[in-house]
Amino acid sequence: MHAAIVRNDAVPTNVVSDAIVEVRGISKTYSGVEALRDVDLDFPRGKLTSLLGPSGCGKTTLLKIIAGLIGADRGTVAVNGKKVSAPGPERAFVFQDFALLPWATVLRNVAFGLELRGTAKEEREAIARRYVVDVGLAGFEDKYPHELSGGMRQRVGLARALCVDADVLLLDEPFSAVDEQNRRKFQEDLIRLRTNQNKTFIFVTHSIEEAVYISDRIVLLSPRPGRVSRIIEPEIDRSGDPDRIHRDKHYLDTVQEIWQGLKQYVE
Amino acid sequence: MSSGSGVGGAASLASPSRGVQAGRLIERPIVLRLVSIALFAAIWQVAGLIPVSFAFPTFSDTMVAFVRMIADGSLPTAYISTLQPLILGVILATFAGVGVGTLCGLSRPGEWLLIPVFIVLQAAPVAAFIPLVTFIYGIGMTAKTLAVIILALPVIVLNTYKAVRNVNESLLVMNRSFMGTRWQEVTKIVLPDASPVIFAGLRLGVAAGFVGVVLAELLITPTGIGDLITFARSRANYAGMYATIASVIALSTVTLVALQWIEIRVFRPEKRGG
Ligand SMILES: Nc1ncnc2c1ncn2[C@@H]1O[C@H](COP(=O)(O)OP(=O)(O)OP(=O)(O)O)[C@@H](O)[C@H]1O
Ligand SMILES: [Mg+2]
Repeated sequence: MHAAIVRNDAVPTNVVSDAIVEVRGISKTYSGVEALRDVDLDFPRGKLTSLLGPSGCGKTTLLKIIAGLIGADRGTVAVNGKKVSAPGPERAFVFQDFALLPWATVLRNVAFGLELRGTAKEEREAIARRYVVDVGLAGFEDKYPHELSGGMRQRVGLARALCVDADVLLLDEPFSAVDEQNRRKFQEDLIRLRTNQNKTFIFVTHSIEEAVYISDRIVLLSPRPGRVSRIIEPEIDRSGDPDRIHRDKHYLDTVQEIWQGLKQYVE
Repeated sequence: MSSGSGVGGAASLASPSRGVQAGRLIERPIVLRLVSIALFAAIWQVAGLIPVSFAFPTFSDTMVAFVRMIADGSLPTAYISTLQPLILGVILATFAGVGVGTLCGLSRPGEWLLIPVFIVLQAAPVAAFIPLVTFIYGIGMTAKTLAVIILALPVIVLNTYKAVRNVNESLLVMNRSFMGTRWQEVTKIVLPDASPVIFAGLRLGVAAGFVGVVLAELLITPTGIGDLITFARSRANYAGMYATIASVIALSTVTLVALQWIEIRVFRPEKRGG
């Protein structure tokens, strides 16, 4: 069963040859709570990797350490071979709670990363307009966040991250505050965006189905303290009809397999 | 018949009219506003006709007195004298208050050092300090300006401080993740996010500034509007007295509405219309 999922019968490992993000020996303890212990993990360039694991296992913590938003107690993170300890232009974050400026229009929100970098107004708005269209928000440029649905707000958050042209996009449960229909649509759009953006995505999610549906690679974390418990590479052909994927045998088998692996933690 | 009764009259008149202006005025169609003003005038007229008190003029008498006082120049002259310290004081209190409040909200030492002072100032009956100010600074422009600042500053500082302290944490993280500087954090995130509460403080501060300047003129420096009120009362010219008081209230209301307009125009455009 395993061999059917992993190409070339090779069990995926923590370390890969063309890694854009390299996590080495990361540990983090919050005032007595050990969130992460000695995590070694590579993220292959141009792929979408999901971090999946039980609640409280340190997924957000790991993502924020990679983003440089919080510091690790031990270990290093390297992006493109360079060690990082603070946010940088090669990484962009998509927030679970969207983190949009309520007083700014969609266009200004999308361009905000560039605004902070001092890009001239005309230039950044031209770039932002492109991404607003890319994420399917054409016509909403002058609306304010409170006039948008949750799904649309997260599209703004995604467009803002795409706008700064980072190599790595970090998404922390981007769909958790989005309703089911929008979530499905958004997942399909994400798959499409990923094929024509050629970026690396690191994606935190609670949902096994979501992880299998969109990921090239799934990293299962153990319960606290979080460690890499398994890595799975679902080989799913996403070129066809999205609804077909949800009925695909590979897809269903992989979901089942991950669930078997995670079940022990919930019981 | 002490000067206190004049102040009391101003205060009790101020509250209903302030209730009308608060917030709703801007959203409601103009018709409703006019109806509300007309209703207020009608009730005043009836109360004056009963009469509630021999010292309570009708609305129409008050309006006639108002027009006469504009025509003979006494009201404009008084306003020139009152508005100078008022405007100067309000502007100084706004900049100092928002500045100090922001600093206290951003830095712990600033918070511990300064905020208790303003909490005490806000709790204290600050109007009682006004004679003290006169004692030190005489009865000129400086004393009146100081009276305005003393009354307006605490509420502006405290509101700004509160708003800055409670800034949306996730927006700060977002700013950091896109490599925003500390300065960008303050100007592009903290102040716009805090602006509704800051403006609520400014409105209270401006209203307090009006109280400060009129109090100073009633209590110590017989000039401007305060003098006009005292003078009219001393001659039992109640219509003139009420016209003056009503004009202060009207001006204060207009100022507060204008402030709200600026807030929505400049800082929170998303609240426009909707
Ligand atoms: N700022 C903090 N202070 C103290 N403890 C924290 C803090 N942030 C996270 N923790 C703890 O660290 C552990 C890991 O948290 P984290 O948010 O990374 O988990 P998660 O995997 O993202 O969980 P979820 O799936 O619920 O979002 C949790 O037990 C949490 O209680
Ligand atoms: Mg989380």
